[in-house]
Amino acid sequence: MKLNPGAVVKGGTSLDYKTGNWRDQRPVVDQEACIKCGICRDVCPDDAVKVKDEKYEIDYDYCKGCGICAHECTADAINMLPEEK
Amino acid sequence: MKQVKVVEGSEAVALAVKACRPHVVSAFPISPQTHIVESLARMVADGELSTEYIRTESEFSAASVLAGASAAGSRSYTASSSQGLLLMTEVLYASAGMRLPFVITAVNRSISAPINIQVDHQDTMSLRDAGLIQFYVESSQEAYDIHLAAFKIAEDPAIMLPVMVCMDGWVLTHSYERVEFLDQDTVDGFLPGFQPQNYLDPANPKTWGSYAEADVLMEFKYAIHQAMTAGKPRIREILAEVAKITGRDHGGLVEAYRTDDADVILVAMGSVVGTIKDAVDELRSSGKKVGLVKIRCYRPFPHTEILEAIRGARVVAVMDANFSMGSEGAVGLDLKAKLYGRPDAPIVIDYIAGLGGREININTIGKLVERAEQVYRSGDILPEAEWVDLNSVLLG
Repeated sequence: MKLNPGAVVKGGTSLDYKTGNWRDQRPVVDQEACIKCGICRDVCPDDAVKVKDEKYEIDYDYCKGCGICAHECTADAINMLPEEK
Repeated sequence: MKQVKVVEGSEAVALAVKACRPHVVSAFPISPQTHIVESLARMVADGELSTEYIRTESEFSAASVLAGASAAGSRSYTASSSQGLLLMTEVLYASAGMRLPFVITAVNRSISAPINIQVDHQDTMSLRDAGLIQFYVESSQEAYDIHLAAFKIAEDPAIMLPVMVCMDGWVLTHSYERVEFLDQDTVDGFLPGFQPQNYLDPANPKTWGSYAEADVLMEFKYAIHQAMTAGKPRIREILAEVAKITGRDHGGLVEAYRTDDADVILVAMGSVVGTIKDAVDELRSSGKKVGLVKIRCYRPFPHTEILEAIRGARVVAVMDANFSMGSEGAVGLDLKAKLYGRPDAPIVIDYIAGLGGREININTIGKLVERAEQVYRSGDILPEAEWVDLNSVLLG
């Protein structure tokens, strides 16, 4: 593959880049404790909190493990656990 | 048909830019550059120039507008000086990396502190590593001529890099000079419309400057260097085209002035070259074998041309209007690096002169040539650059 001057490539390539492997702490949502306020989704800098079947879930493909969601969770429903590699 | 006018240097630049039909001009005022963008603003207000004229709130934004406009496929231009150029620095590195071919006039002015608005080359020298092609001009006429070449060089498919035309503040921008201008048809014939291979298009989204890790970043950086070095023949050709349509040949990447059989050769760039040419003429008429190499294109560095022009000289005296703190002057360092290990290498003296507008006149040059001859006779290797006309009383 020859380089394209200026690193010009097709649009939207950041989606191909799975930043989840940067993570060394994994947020885990306790669905029993979750009050579904949505703060974790609002504060996530990587848009890695998704709502599926009315449950707040982490998209581990892109979550870098910053822990802001756990820090801001008013119900203490997100725990940061060491990432196993 | 040629037109002749007596104009301020800034007006000459503005007329060249106008003739190149930029789609976008961004502007933020800073002395001594302001008259250039003011002239362009007047042309837009008077209906003489059709362009998107964008007033920004900082030089960082002025450069960012160029990057965005250029990526969108627009021929784009701005001008700045000194602190303004430093504020653009981050954007300029990124733009070179994204291979965005806009043109900036950099009106040379000293860098604070202490604050000073007079000319030296510290501002643009601080950008020499960014991936910009840099020209330095001697006169307003040369500034006009080089600006015509600048867009064509920047947009050449083999180059695709921002071009910075450096001209000395006040000495050139604010003095009136006789300047010859081309008619619009001639410029249009020389400079075709900007047709980039890639441009921002909502219907066909693309990403510029995407993430590159250690496995490819070096190759991207090397590709910029390659575009510069491999682009040298194109730069020479385009300068020659301008010489043909204007009838004025200022030289190629360098101009050698009375260098044949010269024992002492000065190397300089910018408006001081005019003074040095007069000094060389005087010294020659008194029997001294002195010559001058004027660097027109500083990045890419034209070492082949310089080495050819200084061949046979005993001493090469570089005039650096900048200083790398803790080291030496930029041009001296560049030249010495290319001379190292060559058996025919002359002695190189790196003179630091003219910072903050400190006067360099014919007598200054005479003294520097005398000093160069003395260094040659003594055979001393100078341990470091020599600062010219330092006031020892102030230093205590």
